[in-house]
Amino acid sequence: MTVTAAPDAPLLQVGTLTKTFGGFTALDNISVDIRKGERFGLIGPNGSGKTTLINCISGALRPQVGSVVFCGEDITQLPPHQRARRGIARSFQIPRPFKSMTVLENLMVGLDFATVGSSLPEEDIAMSILTRMGLASKAGAPTDTLSQVELRKMELARALAVRPKLLISDEAMAGLSSSEVDEVLDLLISLGEEDITIIMIEHIMQAVMRFSERVMCLDAGKIIAIGAPAEVMANKRVQEAYLGT
Amino acid sequence: MMKHRNSIAFWAGVAIFLVAVLSMTQIVRNEYPFFAGYVILQFIALAVAWSILGGYAGYVNFGTNAFFGVGVYTAVALFKATGAPLVVQIAAAAVIGMLLGFGVGLLTLRMRGIFFSIATIALAIIIETFVMNWRFVGGAAGIQLQRPPVTAPFDSYVKMLFFVQAILVVIAVGIARYIQNSRMGRGLQALRDDELAAECTGVPTLKLKLVACMISGALMSAVGAPAAMYLQYADPSSAFNLTYSVSALAMSLIGGTAHWIGPVLGAILLGSTQQFLAVTISSEINVLVLGIMLVLFVVGAPKGIIGLLRPRYRLRAGGKP
Repeated sequence: MTVTAAPDAPLLQVGTLTKTFGGFTALDNISVDIRKGERFGLIGPNGSGKTTLINCISGALRPQVGSVVFCGEDITQLPPHQRARRGIARSFQIPRPFKSMTVLENLMVGLDFATVGSSLPEEDIAMSILTRMGLASKAGAPTDTLSQVELRKMELARALAVRPKLLISDEAMAGLSSSEVDEVLDLLISLGEEDITIIMIEHIMQAVMRFSERVMCLDAGKIIAIGAPAEVMANKRVQEAYLGT
Repeated sequence: MMKHRNSIAFWAGVAIFLVAVLSMTQIVRNEYPFFAGYVILQFIALAVAWSILGGYAGYVNFGTNAFFGVGVYTAVALFKATGAPLVVQIAAAAVIGMLLGFGVGLLTLRMRGIFFSIATIALAIIIETFVMNWRFVGGAAGIQLQRPPVTAPFDSYVKMLFFVQAILVVIAVGIARYIQNSRMGRGLQALRDDELAAECTGVPTLKLKLVACMISGALMSAVGAPAAMYLQYADPSSAFNLTYSVSALAMSLIGGTAHWIGPVLGAILLGSTQQFLAVTISSEINVLVLGIMLVLFVVGAPKGIIGLLRPRYRLRAGGKP
């Protein structure tokens, strides 16, 4: 995978997306294309619409205006499970594990429902994902015995069980120590090397800078900057949005 | 391999159960055990059917009485209109129950938790009111029914009903067990834990909820269908009695909802205690016993009997291991 290759059709095309809640406009005419294999950082102050945007992409919310096109197919009206089956997986800002299941069983849900038949037994696939995420020793553990970082990794592992083409990570590093942030970040970067396109929402700027090939900054539901990480960080409006004027 | 062996053991158990029930109807002369046993079997089937939606999917249905009563009155109406045999009455009740289940399933689109439960109570009241004003099936006064002659090899109608109800128990348990071990069981468990996370992991939550509601509803109505012939009488306030809802719920919770055996154990325990007390003390004490046992279990063993027996099911039931 190379970034310089001739641009194919984008993996994800978000077109003129507008989402309002009553009188409040959470997303205002957002258009962005995500390339195949791209590591895309999404930043913005609290309440700027980052999570609303990925909710519209993953199907948890339906926009009033605009379209979401994935792999050339318009998925704007599809329910989340149909999108998961087409290869859109996500983690949640506040982890939402299946509490009555073990870590392994959490992954089995995705393997059972989102992926088509495979030659390997599902449990082997689940175990290989867990090994990859460094959670193999926790396979049989109930989710409420996991630490915060393990829970974050389990969410990513469960998303991987869907065999995603596009992985959306919603603040997977919130509340982690700096060594744990590096750990999760390394995992995400290594996933990106495997042709999984990743959208990462994050507040930790070092992480965003290190991870992203391109960064988009939202403020009050509008795109205020998009481009290379260093450019976006240097942008005056971005600095104003974060620091206030 | 393990699963295969479990299945053999399960179906062997089912065969032994049915043979035992059948021989009992041939050997035992006294009709009382069948009268009492019928009620216990009825509650086993109801509790198992309830747990498919209430336990696996976590949607607490307070409308068991609506489904039960619809079963009773489907049988009554069909019998009065056409004299259809019992099997047809039960099958028709299952179909109507399934349709009603579909309707209840649509409620889950917008309602969750306590709101869903309240809506199901309202459903029972609406249907009961409708039946009360339906002259053809006797309205509020109820209707007397003349049992048709009993078919061989049974020598009394109650014994036959006892056997029929045993078959319904087997069907209910068979279906519940199948769901529990299938992909659908895992999907229901996932959506019970977190519906949005389940959707985003590929689980078609609405479809699974609809199917669970329809199966649960069809079973409950089928279980209700023979009740008219059992009592030779039907009236709205007993067919739609809230006790059915409370019992099915209490039996499932007391037994534990993480495994199909839970509702079975709960119904046997509560059902036979109630029958025993009804004979020795009074039938009024039933509800009291139900209440006290429910309180004791909620406090002492929130994951039910199976949670006490098998700690690993405590996790499946949604609690700490």
